[in-house]
Amino acid sequence: MLKTGLLGLRVLRLLLATMAISLVSDGAGAEGISIAAASDLKFALDEIITAFKQTHPKDEVTVSYGSSGKFFTQVQQGAPYDLFFSADKELTTELAAKGFAGSAVIGYGCGRLALWSASLKPADLTLDFLTNNAITHIAIANPAHAPYGKRAKEALQASGKWQSLEAKLVYGESISETAQFVQTGNAQVGIIALALALSPALSSKGSYWLIPKSLHSPLEQALIVTKRAEKKPLAHRFASYIGTAPARALLSRYGFEEPSACTSTKAQKAN
Amino acid sequence: MGLSDGDIQALWLSLQLASTVTLLLLLIGTPIAWWLARSCSRWTLPLAAVVALPLVLPPSVLGFYALLAMGPNGPLGQLTVTLGLAPLAFSFAGLVLASVFYSLPFMVQPLQNAFESIGERPLEIAATLRASPLDAFFSVVVPLTWPGFITASILTFAHTLGEFGVVLMIGGNIPGVTRVASVQIYDHVEALEYADAHRLALVMLLFCFSVLLAVYAFKPEPNRLGGEHDGD
Repeated sequence: MLKTGLLGLRVLRLLLATMAISLVSDGAGAEGISIAAASDLKFALDEIITAFKQTHPKDEVTVSYGSSGKFFTQVQQGAPYDLFFSADKELTTELAAKGFAGSAVIGYGCGRLALWSASLKPADLTLDFLTNNAITHIAIANPAHAPYGKRAKEALQASGKWQSLEAKLVYGESISETAQFVQTGNAQVGIIALALALSPALSSKGSYWLIPKSLHSPLEQALIVTKRAEKKPLAHRFASYIGTAPARALLSRYGFEEPSACTSTKAQKAN
Repeated sequence: MGLSDGDIQALWLSLQLASTVTLLLLLIGTPIAWWLARSCSRWTLPLAAVVALPLVLPPSVLGFYALLAMGPNGPLGQLTVTLGLAPLAFSFAGLVLASVFYSLPFMVQPLQNAFESIGERPLEIAATLRASPLDAFFSVVVPLTWPGFITASILTFAHTLGEFGVVLMIGGNIPGVTRVASVQIYDHVEALEYADAHRLALVMLLFCFSVLLAVYAFKPEPNRLGGEHDGD
């Protein structure tokens, strides 16, 4: 038993080493930074990087999108990311507490949930309509680990619909896979990030309804410069660029509210 | 082992999926392998290449096309609507269909090798004894090539157990329907539940190791085989 356990561990270590090597080769080149970012940032951050490069033409910025939980693990395993944008602020706070951060935890926005469909009439996009028999599959991100999935579950529970809808739910591994399920029509409707509903890929193909944020705890999002990039000026420059007006405008265009919007709902909830 | 109910459900589902796919592929893969081994048609090469595709194709490619094809605008989606069947995405039937394609080479290639290894001679003799082709297949070819059937079935079964990418892309992760063991492990890892991931991963590791050990330990011995048949 012990031997097999060790073998498993060794295989895991080898796997992580390979992963790290492959990340080095696509990630950090000679000069520049590499970013790990939550999938809900896909479109907003791409545009922010384009804008950043216009004022910093010599700087190289590469970005990998994925689930915040996966990056959380990879950063601890020494993955070569200089910045980590997490869809869940708690993950960055925990990394900082464990000594993996090279900066303070910087809030960059507050995410919102949207009910999105490619086929339903906009008038039918309400939580009440989800119980209708015309809807056989509802996609949400996996509440076990995806921040948007957790909040979607909370919203359905708060509206008293979780139990009646549970049999219709299908779970995407990330918020972008959840959107794929709906975009391809395999699920008629889904609860996705507003940032994706507003993206060029989805906004022209369907319609959305904003889920009231009173129904779920806030989707507080934050970034850190990682420990390995503590002394990289470019990493800190990019982190502070996120707070500038052009970057804020792009984030807000993709539905990310000011970080303060999260704390204010939290305060309301506490009262 | 301390596996949770969810883990056991996922393991059981994996076993059901692997058995269903193995049985179906025995039915589908045998004629394909036979044709590939015997035919001189110029279509054998393209077909052999198509059969081998899942070996080299990333599961994401297969999953992507499956997701599109099963959607309401895809050919499979429209077919299920026309036939009045339930949509394939997020269903066990959908996983079976995708897995049949995904594991096809693991059934066809060992069978094809087995069929090729017996040569023409036994069939010619069967023909002189006026055995119909079907009769010759079941009373001559199958007894001569049964180790090939065992290897092919075990490999297909094990490969389907190990399926992950395609299931993730078309399954929708529904407990008891599409949440197989590999996906359950991934979810444990994603949720940072490493102890749970370790337990289930270890079960899979031991199981797959035993299966492969069985395949390698299994050396077809035609003489002993003949002896067994004499004893029957």
